[in-house]
Amino acid sequence: MRSQGRWATLVMAALVLGAAFPFFRAIAGSLTPEAQLFEGAPLWPSPAVLEHYRALFAERAFWLPIRNSLIVAGSTTLFCVTIGSLCAYALARLRFRGKTLLLGVILAVSMFPQIAIVSPLFLLLRSVRLINTYPGLVLPYLTFAMPLAVWLLVGYFRQLPAELEEAAMVDGASRLRAFREVIVPLALPGLAATAILTFVYSWNEFLFALSFTLGPERQTVPVAIALFRGQYQVPWGQVLAAAIVATAPVALLVLAFQRRIVQGLTAGAVKG
Amino acid sequence: MASIRLENVWKTYPNGHVAARGVELSIADGEFMVLVGPSGCGKSTALRMMAGLETPTQGKVMIGERDVTEVPPQERDVAMVFQSYALYPHMTVRDNLAFGLRMRGAVPATISQRVDAAAKALGLERVLDRKPGQLSGGQRQRVALGRAIVREPMVFLFDEPLSNLDAKLRLETRAELARLHRRLAATMVYVTHDQEEALTLGSRVAVMSEGRVEQVGPPLEVYRRPATIFVATFVGSPAMNLLPAELVPAAPLPGSAKASGTTMGVRPHDLAVTSPGSGEVDALVDVVEPRGSELLLYLRLGASGDGPELRVITPPDLEVAPDQVVGLRFDRARLHFFDRESGRRVERPGTAP
Repeated sequence: MRSQGRWATLVMAALVLGAAFPFFRAIAGSLTPEAQLFEGAPLWPSPAVLEHYRALFAERAFWLPIRNSLIVAGSTTLFCVTIGSLCAYALARLRFRGKTLLLGVILAVSMFPQIAIVSPLFLLLRSVRLINTYPGLVLPYLTFAMPLAVWLLVGYFRQLPAELEEAAMVDGASRLRAFREVIVPLALPGLAATAILTFVYSWNEFLFALSFTLGPERQTVPVAIALFRGQYQVPWGQVLAAAIVATAPVALLVLAFQRRIVQGLTAGAVKG
Repeated sequence: MASIRLENVWKTYPNGHVAARGVELSIADGEFMVLVGPSGCGKSTALRMMAGLETPTQGKVMIGERDVTEVPPQERDVAMVFQSYALYPHMTVRDNLAFGLRMRGAVPATISQRVDAAAKALGLERVLDRKPGQLSGGQRQRVALGRAIVREPMVFLFDEPLSNLDAKLRLETRAELARLHRRLAATMVYVTHDQEEALTLGSRVAVMSEGRVEQVGPPLEVYRRPATIFVATFVGSPAMNLLPAELVPAAPLPGSAKASGTTMGVRPHDLAVTSPGSGEVDALVDVVEPRGSELLLYLRLGASGDGPELRVITPPDLEVAPDQVVGLRFDRARLHFFDRESGRRVERPGTAP
């Protein structure tokens, strides 16, 4: 037993190291002077310099794509969770015709390969003049994030006992009020997990963001980083610094809510 | 005024299960009506239709003079205690109790006054700031009860509220419910599968089976004059003995009935053990179960023990052993006769109500 435990720890450590090493290299690289980057860069630079970060914000106005990303990912998450939870609640609880079909269609929609709908979506967005706007990104993101959110939340709501909202309704709450006062507080772990997954998805999305924006004033972080490369050279130091800046908030968010996410994702699997 | 009427109520679920087949039930203002029956008989569905949690497929639900068939639960003035209690786990006991009043827009002063009064009446003052997860089973049950009481509704609905309590607590709470009913004089409808609970609590009892009401009446009436074979065997413990009437030649059959088409019923308490040959029939003792205050005998009809099984309750000091032949005497005034085909009671002349 004991040696088994030791093996498990060893394998786990190897896995974590393997997964964390590129991230570590990115941090180290972002602190290495440009000149040293391609001459057998040391494992940890000495002296560590912040020039890439300075360049990022001073020369490239990197705060602009960050702001764009925050607005786009934030509003996608907000709409996704509010609309998605109402939708999921209806699917989980109400009896109506064609419910199974509806759930199937929702799942099918999320299966379309993104690349297949970029061109039609572009034409559509252009005809309603939404190219290079925030709604022009939020709306397409919702079409992908919503099905996932609805599926997660339907599963979560289903495992809450129906008697709780029945009690609330007999107590005098309307269905919406029962939802708000009883179901939502109890479903918080599930809602938090859904919100974070949606946020991370929208934060990382690249293809739509690249296709539906035209200039830096609406470009999101992934697009901005991709466009760092000039005609003759790639400023790797700045790319790495930007990657760290883009990853850090998401990583912190996930770490902070880790327990809730696990709770939310495994909900319904086992009772308790 | 808070009488309740179910008028020819049918309920078919989408999966095809029929939970109510033309239920007719009239509950008077201030009455304690118990719906009793085996699981799946439609008693909970009937209750949920009174609460508004289910809509009948057909028929009408009336509360007072108001047709509430299509009225959602929040617009009916009813309170319900669930089998699982359904306490809001994220709220304190105080918030649980206050929830119904808050939803109905009561002013804060009234809310706190009524919550305090209910907490005092139920002995919950010390746990007002705890969450349901930190309470014992009995305390949770009382919070569920308190949540109904603070509302001061016209109608109380109970869905097997005692089934999660241990035996001792169940007896105590049963008495508490009876006191509560006397104090509030509100209309109460109580669902249970326990016939003893039904007999002890109800001012009237409705026995249900397979989506139909078999018999409605005061507990003693249902016990003494069961209207069908189902009611006869369901109400009373141990269950009533049923025999084909032709096996008991001495049975005082009702005038019109023929022995071959009649089932005779006799409760275990209405049989007396005598010496062999001196009673109406002989029987062979199979099992003897001492129960403290009484003895429960399992017998087989006939001296050779090849007839149907009979249960008899006797005084505890009776000297009797398995494989012994005894005589049985029936209490003639307490025999029941049922038509074998329809299952309905056949009345003896002169005893009709």
